[in-house]
Amino acid sequence: MKYLSEYRDAAIVEKYLDEIRKLVTKPWTIMEVCGGQTHSLVKNGILSLLPEYVRMVHGPGCPVCVTPLHLIDKAVYLAEMEGVILCSYGDMLRVPGSKKSLLEAKAAGADVRILYSPLEAVKIAKDNPGKEIVFFAVGFETTAPANALSVLHAYREDLKNYSILTSHVLVPPAMEAIVDDEMNVVQGFLAAGHVCTIMGMDEYYPLVKKYKLPIVVTGFEPVDLLQGILMLLKQLENGECRLENQYTRFVKAEGNLDAKKIIQEVFEIADREWRGIGNIPFSGYEVKNEYATFDANKKFNIRLDKAEESKECIAGEILRGIKKPFECPQFGKGCTPIKPIGAPMVSSEGACAAYYHFSNMEAMA
Amino acid sequence: MPKFDFDSINLGHGSGGVLTHNLLNSGVFDVLQNDLLNKKHDGAIFELEGKLAFSTDSYVVNPVFFPGGNIGELAVNGTVNDLAMCGAMARYLSLSFIIEEGLPMEEFWNILNSIKYCCDNAGVQVVTGDTKVVEKGKGDKLFINTSGIGTLHKKASISFDRIAPGDVIIISGNIANHGIAIMSKRSGLEFETDIVSDTTNLNFTVQKLLNVFGEQIHFLRDATRGGVASVLNEIAKDGGMGIEIAEKAIPVAEQVNGACEMLGLDPLYVANEGVFIAVVDASVANDLVVLLRNDENGSNAALIGIVTNDHRGQVILQCAIGGKRVVNMLPGEQLPRIC
Repeated sequence: MKYLSEYRDAAIVEKYLDEIRKLVTKPWTIMEVCGGQTHSLVKNGILSLLPEYVRMVHGPGCPVCVTPLHLIDKAVYLAEMEGVILCSYGDMLRVPGSKKSLLEAKAAGADVRILYSPLEAVKIAKDNPGKEIVFFAVGFETTAPANALSVLHAYREDLKNYSILTSHVLVPPAMEAIVDDEMNVVQGFLAAGHVCTIMGMDEYYPLVKKYKLPIVVTGFEPVDLLQGILMLLKQLENGECRLENQYTRFVKAEGNLDAKKIIQEVFEIADREWRGIGNIPFSGYEVKNEYATFDANKKFNIRLDKAEESKECIAGEILRGIKKPFECPQFGKGCTPIKPIGAPMVSSEGACAAYYHFSNMEAMA
Repeated sequence: MPKFDFDSINLGHGSGGVLTHNLLNSGVFDVLQNDLLNKKHDGAIFELEGKLAFSTDSYVVNPVFFPGGNIGELAVNGTVNDLAMCGAMARYLSLSFIIEEGLPMEEFWNILNSIKYCCDNAGVQVVTGDTKVVEKGKGDKLFINTSGIGTLHKKASISFDRIAPGDVIIISGNIANHGIAIMSKRSGLEFETDIVSDTTNLNFTVQKLLNVFGEQIHFLRDATRGGVASVLNEIAKDGGMGIEIAEKAIPVAEQVNGACEMLGLDPLYVANEGVFIAVVDASVANDLVVLLRNDENGSNAALIGIVTNDHRGQVILQCAIGGKRVVNMLPGEQLPRIC
């Protein structure tokens, strides 16, 4: 397939691997920020090909994984309200809330629909004037433009029955929180290519400067990932710290200006709680006051006690790269994708699920 | 289409009373007619010689009409194929409808004619059946159950315990067409494509293989729900063997691959309705692929892997770029990812 097969070419992969093997003289710990990168590393067997000196740890860039428990509870609460159609991206459905998941709510009769785009939800709102349509607007900077656009569409069409329940998180503050942590092990980042396609690269210069860490904006295919790892290792081995762009076929320095404009029109930056990590200042988007009627948090009177996270889940340590999934005592035992305790076991982009799904369990035990 | 009393099915059509009789007598029996069904008994009475295979399956696909077929075609081909995977030629089917009231008569009629068409293609007859109607909201337009009886090929010896290390794994054709065709029409996910379902009857193809390779065919299974990955896991777990497959060898049409990329789905887990996996003695593997490729249902047949004594119970995939990974069973439905 054009624009894909070139980036899955075994000969190029081998060439980069060879360069990496020759280059590395000491152990390095690298974090790939995005869950899509984690998924690709594991699915393509890249972790098994990298030399021992290159230790990949998996970052918090899985929106499903970092959506707080109480927001899942809110989504379930709304889904169970009379007359509400709750629309969501697919992999949010299995995430366990404190009592149940959206999938369980659906099985019990709630109208929960899987969509690929929030604009579909606006159409459902138009077609169902007697119902309240809530879109569970989860994601990083990548999904923010489409979610914001859905609000603008609903606004222009004067729809009174559409709102979004936002759980929007931002990548750079999370990277900063990781390197600021006293237990930090990360020596260099592969930044998330898709996020930078929208936002551009400017946000990352201060990180590089302040923490003296190399960052390479990297794509998702095997060749992208290995090239990104190689670029990062070259800097590390040479004692450099720069911001580089591997994903040049999509990422421009300024990002996607139209998309950024839409985001700025609808959202404003706010503090945000990350599941497993805690509160990170200025790390998320909230719907601006001008569009408050489209904010499900304000529109509905949601009264819920804030539930406690399971003590058995070490998602926080995994999302910060401190531990690997199989270092969790519950991994593959009390916690599996069929009955997950924590969110990283749910989405295929979650590090735990990726390991569980694609790895040899016996070899890890 | 004959003239029916109503434009759509209502509860009365499942009551067993006048409307049921009118529905059956004004079309259903005529379409499906054969000597056994014409007797209109509670059940069919017949003789069959030799070893028999018996199978049942229920069909709940949504939407009931999809690119390349409808639920009626699946209901015939699915059970015919389950029997074929036992090494049997389907002979007789039972056919049960559970209809949600409100199903347009025209849709019912089209599905019934598809059933007849597929029966003729597969050389099988519907000899007994049932019709029930449930209230609006208690079903999903139409559910169908079919059970089938078939006569076993004399040379067929197909079971998990015949799978041995060194056996070769063959796939009969391009994977994931059916699941993607269905997805392309599902509400909320619609996208433009000309991918069609691969639903077809595989019984003649399997008979042809058995005529030539007989007992050298150790195991057969159609890769329906859960796709190729699930079937291979069943073989590894229930057969107590390890399986190694090569990603590069697995045939996927370019368009289907593209749709899977776009939807965030792994084609290995996407359903098929006309693709089967054969585990065969290594000595006949190449010849069997050649024969399959000359069959209308096997033009993209390929050797995809081997059975091994290592990593028993597990399927290992040799990734296209050189690494290796495990292919596990799917934990629930494959859900599209956020980004």
